[in-house]
Amino acid sequence: MAKPKVATASLAGCFGCHMSVLDIDDRILKLVELVEFNKSPINDIKKFTDRCAVGLIEGGCCNEENVRVLQDFRKNCDVLISVGECAIMGGIPAMRNTIPLKECLDEAYLNGPTVYNPAKKIPADKEIPLLLNRVYACHEVVKMDYHLPGCPPPADTIWEALVALLTGKPLKLSYELIKYD
Amino acid sequence: MSATFTFTIDGKEIKGQPGQTIMEAAEAAGVYIPRLCYSKDLRPHGSCRVCTCMVNGRPQAACTQPAAEGMVVENNTDELQAIRRDLVEMLFVEGNHFCPFCEKSGNCELQAMAYRLGITAPKFPYLWPDRSVDASHPEVFIDRNRCILCGRCVNASKDADGKNVFQFVGRGEHKRVAVNAEANLADTDLKGTDRAVAVCPVGAILVKHKGYATPVGRRSYDQKPIGSEIESKRK
Ligand code: SF4
Ligand code: SF4
Ligand code: FES
Repeated sequence: MAKPKVATASLAGCFGCHMSVLDIDDRILKLVELVEFNKSPINDIKKFTDRCAVGLIEGGCCNEENVRVLQDFRKNCDVLISVGECAIMGGIPAMRNTIPLKECLDEAYLNGPTVYNPAKKIPADKEIPLLLNRVYACHEVVKMDYHLPGCPPPADTIWEALVALLTGKPLKLSYELIKYD
Repeated sequence: MSATFTFTIDGKEIKGQPGQTIMEAAEAAGVYIPRLCYSKDLRPHGSCRVCTCMVNGRPQAACTQPAAEGMVVENNTDELQAIRRDLVEMLFVEGNHFCPFCEKSGNCELQAMAYRLGITAPKFPYLWPDRSVDASHPEVFIDRNRCILCGRCVNASKDADGKNVFQFVGRGEHKRVAVNAEANLADTDLKGTDRAVAVCPVGAILVKHKGYATPVGRRSYDQKPIGSEIESKRK
């Protein structure tokens, strides 16, 4: 039987949650036996080549590209999981959510105390994904099936979740594994 | 009149003393009723409704409702836990709670309640309100992004500290904790050692220069759910 496939993405995150996946230590060998990685920064596969059983999403949506990637994951994964606080509530990037976007950009590119920008231009190249008005949690954009809280979620949380889902057991996190920091 | 009486919580017989609320009688018997605004030694505020129980078939706040002979109280039912989950999730989305870097994380009663109720993400839309921080005082700051309007600071300042540093102003979603009617914290007689500071259940009123003092793993709610200290007294 072919191994189930897992895909991962880092949207508006810091890659800390991906680091936590690697933090399962030598269980990574078991994981490789259990699953095959499809689209993921871990193997640098850029495009889905197959339908995936599980998609792990780190980070929320701060720009239009994040939204497109997340929609692509929803389309290609049976089970989609928000991994970490940024995916669940926006996290640190969402600190801008109480400030209007224009004010953020002005502060970053024009008025900030260390800004050097003689042309007084705010970057607007069409290669740069357009920022959204605020940062959105993943479940505000597409349906997410599970949430693994933590900043990052402990390796044990990710491990238990993956093993439960891939072996068809219910995903029930113990008290120690639900933490928001 | 001063005789003890009995009533039941989830079918278990509880002894009550005249004058006790359901919350107090339950606690004395080692039965934990989830709560957020209630704090022992302070006048109950009765605002968060997390302590809602079914009392003789009707929803009542256990922290304000007097216990009485023969009462039938339901506390730990699926329906009530679901209501409590909704209330706690609403408190999260109507403030700005960044637990990953909050000084109160691990010792916060709101966060601990969410852990106890098994919340992994709120189902309601995030509101991202615009709330203010007052860091003018040398020892204490108030960050209204994290305030859950429990009223503890207001009551403690008045009743325990005899000072009146905090009051509520505004209504509905505009309600907030004010400082001596619009002054800054620095202009009040607040001290870092005041009860009003210690009683805040969340990271809204905090003593400065003390953040992150306890390592992760040894904070109040890292290992054991909030309420387990009460449940361990159960006979
Ligand atoms: S006050 Fe509590 S719930 Fe709010 S951010 Fe701080 S730890 Fe989290
Ligand atoms: S500042 Fe703290 S104690 Fe005062 S109402 Fe807000 S949450 Fe309660
Ligand atoms: S604890 Fe009873 S209403 Fe808040």
